[in-house]
Amino acid sequence: MARFLLVRVLNGIVVLWLVSMAVFALFFVAPSNVARTIAGRQATPETIAAINERLGLDQPVWKQYLDFVGNLLHGDLGYDYYYQLSVTQIIREALPITLSLAVGAAIIWMVLGVFNGVISAVFPRTLADRGLTVFALFFFSMPTFLLALVLLYFLYFKLTVNGHAWFPAGGYVPLSDGLWPWVNHLLLPWLALALVSAAAYTRLTRASMLDVLGEDYIRTARAKGLPESRVVVRHGLRSALTPVITQFGIDLGQLIGGVVVTETVFSLPGLGKTSIDAIRQQDLPVIIGIVLFAAAAVVVANIVVDIMYAVLDPRVRIH
Amino acid sequence: MALLEVKDLSVSFATDDGVVRAVREMSFELDRGKTLGIVGESGSGKSVCTQTITGLTRGAEVHGEAWFDGIELIGAPSRVLRTIRGVRIGMIFQDPLSSLHPAYKVGWQITELIHAHDTLISRRRARARAAELLGLVGIPRAADRLDDYPHQFSGGMRQRVMIAMAMALNPDLLIADEPTTALDVTVQAQVLTVMRRLQEEFGTAIVLITHDLGVVAEMADDVVVMYAGKIMEKASRRDIFYRYHNPYTEGLFKSLPGQLPTRARLQSIAGSPPSLINLPTGCPFRPRCPYAFDRCVEDPPLVQVYSGLQHSACWLPRDLQERERARVTRLAEEEPA
Ligand SMILES: Nc1ncnc2c1ncn2[C@@H]1O[C@H](COP(=O)(O)OP(=O)(O)O)[C@@H](O)[C@H]1O
Ligand code: SF4
Ligand SMILES: [Mg+2]
Repeated sequence: MARFLLVRVLNGIVVLWLVSMAVFALFFVAPSNVARTIAGRQATPETIAAINERLGLDQPVWKQYLDFVGNLLHGDLGYDYYYQLSVTQIIREALPITLSLAVGAAIIWMVLGVFNGVISAVFPRTLADRGLTVFALFFFSMPTFLLALVLLYFLYFKLTVNGHAWFPAGGYVPLSDGLWPWVNHLLLPWLALALVSAAAYTRLTRASMLDVLGEDYIRTARAKGLPESRVVVRHGLRSALTPVITQFGIDLGQLIGGVVVTETVFSLPGLGKTSIDAIRQQDLPVIIGIVLFAAAAVVVANIVVDIMYAVLDPRVRIH
Repeated sequence: MALLEVKDLSVSFATDDGVVRAVREMSFELDRGKTLGIVGESGSGKSVCTQTITGLTRGAEVHGEAWFDGIELIGAPSRVLRTIRGVRIGMIFQDPLSSLHPAYKVGWQITELIHAHDTLISRRRARARAAELLGLVGIPRAADRLDDYPHQFSGGMRQRVMIAMAMALNPDLLIADEPTTALDVTVQAQVLTVMRRLQEEFGTAIVLITHDLGVVAEMADDVVVMYAGKIMEKASRRDIFYRYHNPYTEGLFKSLPGQLPTRARLQSIAGSPPSLINLPTGCPFRPRCPYAFDRCVEDPPLVQVYSGLQHSACWLPRDLQERERARVTRLAEEEPA
């Protein structure tokens, strides 16, 4: 297990290194006009040169990259081009918003997906199963941005126009301002992000659960005289969760895409929206900082999922 | 009164291809402490029959009765069945690896059963009992092995774990569904020995399902021979082995090395069992039966009773059958090999 973890961590570091190079390369393929944007329309070439020099943009790319890596090893992600704010600080401020969104959505999607999937599998071909299948197919075929807009239209716009301003149009309120305002601002983004995946996980859990319920050890559990609920949850779900958790690990990467879209639609100033703004302004240090941070988060999450996988399946643990 | 009394049990499944008639009008009895062997080719309804009795077949249409110690099991609410399964009827199955949960330690799986039926027992006592049971079925270093997972045991040891679990609460009846089929020969013998030893110690009755007549010879007091969901012959072990009447029973013996007089060649029964969806009229064995005659096509054979206890579903009269058997054996020997 320790060796396995070490290998995974080393792999992760290589991945992060490749990601940082890729972002750097992409940025310098496109012509940069950061200095011009900062200097304004009437800027003289001297001003622009001065700005480029101050930002280090006059250096060759490889030199910029080495400087960046050198700073990174000291835990310093640099400063943004426009306001000279520390990128670490920018990430630290945006992170709670993104975490609230992503973790909340992931919980909703897992709980909803697994619960619906189990119900579907335990009562196959019943009304409940068919209803959940329709639910799943409906949301499954819907892109996150569309769902986000639909939710905004019906649950914000239509309700507000009819005098029920239950949900805000967007924005973020920290948890320290109270539980309800926080939940209230996040509910629509959560649903936008969660329902699509919940639908997929309903199908996944249903299939996995149907497989498992046909296993011999389920028959043994019933032969032991256990209550059916225990047979389904402790014996069935226990095994059926393994592929679901594996899929969850794979989907964490995609979650990032969904977060970017959702934050943009609901104007949540989290990492996603910050990075979109940074890309618009070609603010390289911010882009790289966020991309690296997100990649690191995915790497760590995948290692955690692998550990969970080993805990769930003792046959994996031994080898 | 018999411990288990099954009367006219029929089980069918509605499938996309039609109604599968897996078990038809099956009746048998089993006394306390005795062993009933159920033999038949695979697909003859042995598992469906025993699993229906314990309420484990799902989505089946069931008719008939199954009385267990005065309790009707067919159609009993699951609340009642739960107080019988695992407590008064233990069950073991063909493949011990797939029958044990791969993600739980064997000790946990055994104590789970104990706790499910005895909510007062302490964890420590349940665990001690589990260790004692593993020792009882002959697993070395039993206490140390409680924390091992099923995949860490060999096939024979796994089946011993299953037996230990099935016997944990000292049931009146053990249903063993092909318990040794997946094991190699030496291990088979050891597992059967364990079962017989526990049976003697606790007075457990056993329903032993097998397609191996050797296992029947070793274990059974009475034998039920099944074919295509029907009982073809039912008798004491002695009668089945020395005075069988039914041509299907004979076919089973012929497919077994060294059971018949030396000249008889080893042959499996030609042909294959009928579709359980479109059963032939008359006797289900008729397409494969070397003795079949006109009547077998038209009418399903009535069960004939010989010497009080031996039942055979076959139109052949006893004496005529003897004559016929001689004729067929002669034909088989004259035929060039
Ligand atoms: N749930 C089910 N649905 C449809 N057919 C089934 C079902 N369970 C068993 N059968 C059929 O019933 C017949 C008897 O099966 P079984 O009792 O398992 O035979 P065996 O004597 O080998 O134990 C088989 O043809 C099998 O395909
Ligand atoms: S009834 Fe006829 S076909 Fe059936 S076993 Fe007897 S002789 Fe054979
Ligand atoms: Mg079977």
